[in-house]
Amino acid sequence: MAGRVSDGAIHHFAGGSRLTATIERKSARQVSKVDRFLTLIRVFLVTLIVVGILAFIAQQVAPENPFARWRNPDAVGLTGDQFKGLLMSGLSQGAMYGLIALGYSMVYGVLGFINFAHGEVFMAGAMTGFIASDKFSQTGMWESNFLLSLAIIIILAIMVSTLTAVLMERVAYRPLRESPRLIPLITSIGVSFFIQNAVMGVFGPSTKSYPQLPQWLSKQRSILTFEIAGTKLLVLLVAAVSMGGLWYLVERTKTGKAMRAVAEDKEIAALMGINVNRTIVTTFAVGGAMAGIAGILWGLLFRSVTHMTGFLPGIKAFTAAVVGGIGNLPGAMIGGISLGSAESIAPLVILEPLGVPGVSQLKDAVAFTVLVLVLLFKPSGLFGEQLSAEDRA
Amino acid sequence: MSTTMTSSGSSAAGGFRAPVTDQEWSKIGKWGGLCVLALVLVSLIGMPVGLDRRILIHPVLSLGYLSLLWIPLVMGSVVSRHIELEGVESPEPGGRELLAGALTGLIGGAGMAVFILALDNFNLRDPLVNWSPQLLELLTYGRGIGFGALAWILACVLLGLVGSAIHVVPAGLRRVVSHSFFGLLTFAVLEGAISDLSEGFGLEFLTDSIYAKRGGLTVVWSIVLAVLIGGVSMLTKGRLKAAKADYGALQGPERKRASRILFVSVALMTIILPLFLGTIMNELLANVGLFLLLALGLNIVVGLAGILDLGYVAFFAVGGYTTAVLTSPDSPFFAPELHFAVTLVIVVVFAGIVGLVIGAPVIRMRGDYLAIVTLGFGEIIRLLFMSDWLKPYFGGAQGITNVPGVDLGFVVIKGTDPRSVFYLVLVFCALAIYISWRLQASRLGRAWMAIREDEKVAEAMGINTVNAKLLAFVVGAVLASFSGAVMVAKVGSVFPNSFMILVSIIILVVVIVGGMGNIAGVLVGSFVLIGILGGPRQPGLLHEFQSFKLLIYGALLVYMMLQRPEGLVPSARRSQELHQEEFLQDVWLKGEEHEQEEHEAELHAAEAGGSEPDEGSGS
Repeated sequence: MAGRVSDGAIHHFAGGSRLTATIERKSARQVSKVDRFLTLIRVFLVTLIVVGILAFIAQQVAPENPFARWRNPDAVGLTGDQFKGLLMSGLSQGAMYGLIALGYSMVYGVLGFINFAHGEVFMAGAMTGFIASDKFSQTGMWESNFLLSLAIIIILAIMVSTLTAVLMERVAYRPLRESPRLIPLITSIGVSFFIQNAVMGVFGPSTKSYPQLPQWLSKQRSILTFEIAGTKLLVLLVAAVSMGGLWYLVERTKTGKAMRAVAEDKEIAALMGINVNRTIVTTFAVGGAMAGIAGILWGLLFRSVTHMTGFLPGIKAFTAAVVGGIGNLPGAMIGGISLGSAESIAPLVILEPLGVPGVSQLKDAVAFTVLVLVLLFKPSGLFGEQLSAEDRA
Repeated sequence: MSTTMTSSGSSAAGGFRAPVTDQEWSKIGKWGGLCVLALVLVSLIGMPVGLDRRILIHPVLSLGYLSLLWIPLVMGSVVSRHIELEGVESPEPGGRELLAGALTGLIGGAGMAVFILALDNFNLRDPLVNWSPQLLELLTYGRGIGFGALAWILACVLLGLVGSAIHVVPAGLRRVVSHSFFGLLTFAVLEGAISDLSEGFGLEFLTDSIYAKRGGLTVVWSIVLAVLIGGVSMLTKGRLKAAKADYGALQGPERKRASRILFVSVALMTIILPLFLGTIMNELLANVGLFLLLALGLNIVVGLAGILDLGYVAFFAVGGYTTAVLTSPDSPFFAPELHFAVTLVIVVVFAGIVGLVIGAPVIRMRGDYLAIVTLGFGEIIRLLFMSDWLKPYFGGAQGITNVPGVDLGFVVIKGTDPRSVFYLVLVFCALAIYISWRLQASRLGRAWMAIREDEKVAEAMGINTVNAKLLAFVVGAVLASFSGAVMVAKVGSVFPNSFMILVSIIILVVVIVGGMGNIAGVLVGSFVLIGILGGPRQPGLLHEFQSFKLLIYGALLVYMMLQRPEGLVPSARRSQELHQEEFLQDVWLKGEEHEQEEHEAELHAAEAGGSEPDEGSGS
C-alpha cells in the first residue's frame, strides 16, 4: 500500500511516466539478479536434499548399489530400529524446542520483537532444577520419593523461570516498548549475555550433572514397535500436557482472550478495557513457565546443565517458532518437533549418504540451515504467522 | 516520567516543601532494594574477591572494594534525581534529596550487614561458589562481624549522601569534584600504561613515587593528584568549550588549516607514542587496533546501513582462514605459501564474495530475522571450519599453525614484536577510517542512512536498496577480513574457536557504546572497551576483569540501549532521530503553555466537575 502511494508520488513529482518507468525497469533488472542468485541457492539446496535422500534410499535398498557407493563407499545404511531410535530422540528434543519456542512466538506475537534472552529463561529453569534435585538427592528424597521431588523441582523451575521472564520484561523491555524493533532485540542480546555470565559467576563455570534417574523411569520400553527410553516418553508426555494446558489458557479463558486481543491490536485492546501492561506481563510469565518446564525436561534428558545451556536451544527454538509461523502457538510446537526430528535424522539420512564424515558434528549446522531454508522458501512459516495488525502492514 | 511530573507538581503547588510523600518513600524503597540486590549479586559473582588484588590507592582502596562501593553512590544519586521537564517547575534540591540518598544507602548497608551475618552463619557454598570465608574476611575487613556490619552501614549511608549531594551542591563544585574523582580513577586504572610510558621516556622516578610498589597510587600522591586535577579543572573552566566553539566557528581555508594541524598532530602522536611503550602496551594497542578495524566495518553495516549483522565474525574468520591457507606451509590441502601482500588481494576478493553470498539471501528479510539468520551463518561457518568433513582443507579443531609473519623485506612483522604489528594495524585502520569517512558523505553513504531510517521511503526516492545493502555487506566484510588477516599473521595460527559468536557481540557492544554511525564514537568505544576491559580473549588494562568482562559487556549493552542509545560520542544525525519524540514533546509542552490559559478559562466557564482534563496525555 505504502509502496504504491510513494510510486504515485514519484510519478507526480517527475511529471512524466518516463522516469518512473526507467526506475521500475532498472530496479526490476537489479532485483532479478539477486532473485536469480536466490533461485540458484534454492535449486542447489533442493537438489542436495533430494540427491541425499535418493542416495539414502539406494543405500537402504542395497548397500552395494553403485549409486549408494558413488559418494560414500562404506555405506551401510540404517536398520529400522536405529531409524526409530533417531526419530524418538528427535521427537523428544523437538518437544523441548517446541516448549521454548512458545515463549518466542507469544512475545513476538504481542510485542513484535525477538526476545533473544528467552533461552536464558530456559537455562534458569534447568539450573534451578539442578540445584533442587541435587539437594534432594543429598537428603535421599530423590530416590525415595522420586515423583514428589520431580513435581517440586518442576514447580520451582516454573517459578524461577517465570520470575526471570517477568523481571526481564519489567527492567529491560518495558521502557523500550515504543522504540524501533531492533532496539529491544539488541537489548535482549545484552540481557542474555548478562544472565549467562551472572549465572556463571554465581554458580561457577563447571558442568553440573543432574542426579541419576530411577531405573524404572529410564529403562527402555517398547510401545507400538517403538523402543523408547522411559525418560523420553516422560518428556513427550509432559510436553503434551503443558501444550494442552497452554491451549486451554489461550483459547478458553478470559486471560487468553485478553492475550489474543493484545496480540491483535494493543490500542484497541486497551480501549476495550484490557490492561495491556498486565497482559504483556502475563504473556512473558506464561512463556517463562513453558521454558521452565522445558528446562527440567532438558535436565532429565541430558542430565547436565551449564551457564551456556540456554544459548543453542534458544536459537533453535526461535528457528522452530519461525518454521511453524511466528505468533502461531500450535505452529511453534509442531515446528519444534519437526526441527528436532530434522536435526536428528538429516545428518544421517541426507549428509551421510553424500559421504560427509563426522556428520553428528553438523547437527547444529543443520538446524541453522533449516532456518535459512524456511526463510528462503516460506518466510511466513509452515502454518502461517499470526502477527499484530501493525506488524502485518 | 509521569510520577516525577506529579510529585514535583504537587510540591511546587504547595509553595513549601511538603513532608516526604508516599511516592518518594516507595522510590527510596525501590532503589534501596535494588542497591541491596546489586551489592549481594556483585559479591556472589565473586568480584570483590577476584578483583581485590588490583589495588587502586595503595593501602586504602582496591578494585574489589570499588566494585561494591560504587553501588550505593550511584543509587543515592539516582534516587534524588529529578527529571527536569520543560514547562514544569522543579523544586530546588535540598535536605530532602540528601535524606533520600542517605536512606537508600542505609537500606543498602543494612542489607549488606544481613548478608554478612548470613555469610557467617550459613554455608551455602554448594550451589553458590563464591560463598566463601575469603568473601567474609574481605567484607568485614578481617575485624569481626560486628565491625564489618557497622562499617558497611556507615559507608553506604555516607556514599548515599555523597551521591545525592551531587544534585545539591553548586554546579561549579560538582564539576571540580567529579573531575578530580574521575581523573584519579583514570590515573589508577591506567597505571600500567602510564608507568610504561614514563619508563620509555626515562621518567621512572616520577611513577615510582606516584605508584606504590605493589601497585596502586600512594595516598599522598592521590591527594596531590586530586588537588592538581581539581585545580586544572577550575582553571580551564569553560576554556575547552570555548576552544571547541572557536574551532567550530572557523571558516573556509582557516578551518581547513586548523583541522590539518589537528590531524597531523594526532597522526604523529599515534606514530611516535608506541616507540616509547613496552611490549605489553604495544600488544594491547595492536589488539585495540584489530578490534577497531572490525568495529569500523560493523559500523558501516549496523551504524550506517542499519543492518543488524550478528554473524559479522564470519568475515573475520574468512579473512583469517584465507590468509592461513595461502601463507602457511602447514596448510593441509593447498599450501602455495604466498606473500602476505598477494594474499591480501585474494582475501579482499574472497571476503567480497562471501559478503555477497551471505548478504543476498538475507537482505530482503525483516531486520530481526536477518539478525538471527546472520548469527546462524556465523555459527555455521565456525562449525564447518571445525568439522571433520572440512578437516582435510582447514585442519578441523586443530586449525592451521605456523603462519609466517608479514615479510616487508627489511623487517618481518610477527606477534613476537607487537610494535611492528601495531604499525601494520595502524595502516589498515587509517585506510578503514579513510574509507568510512569518504563513504559517509558519499551518495552511497547517504543512501545507506536513508535505508536505515525508512527502507520504503528510500526506495521511493529512487535508491536501489538491494544494491546499497549488498554493498554495505561487502564493504563490512572486506574490513573484517583485513582484521582477520592481520590477526592470523600476528598470532601465527588460526583456530575455529577464535571465531565464536561472542566476537560479533563484543564488536556490536563496542559500536553501540561508542556511538553507532560515528567514526569518532567507534574509536572511543574500541579504546575504552577493548583497551580497558579487553577483547574476547585478549586482556585489557584491567586484566583482572578477564572473568567478569562479558558480564560487564552485557550490562553495558542493556544500559546503553535503555539510557543512551546514541552512544558515548553520538552522531548528530542519529541522536536527533533517536530523540525525535523528546524533541516533539518539548515542542508540544511549549505549545501547551499557551493553550493552558485558554483551557483553564474554558474549564472555569463550564464549571463541570469530575471530568478530568486529558489524564492519559503522559503515555
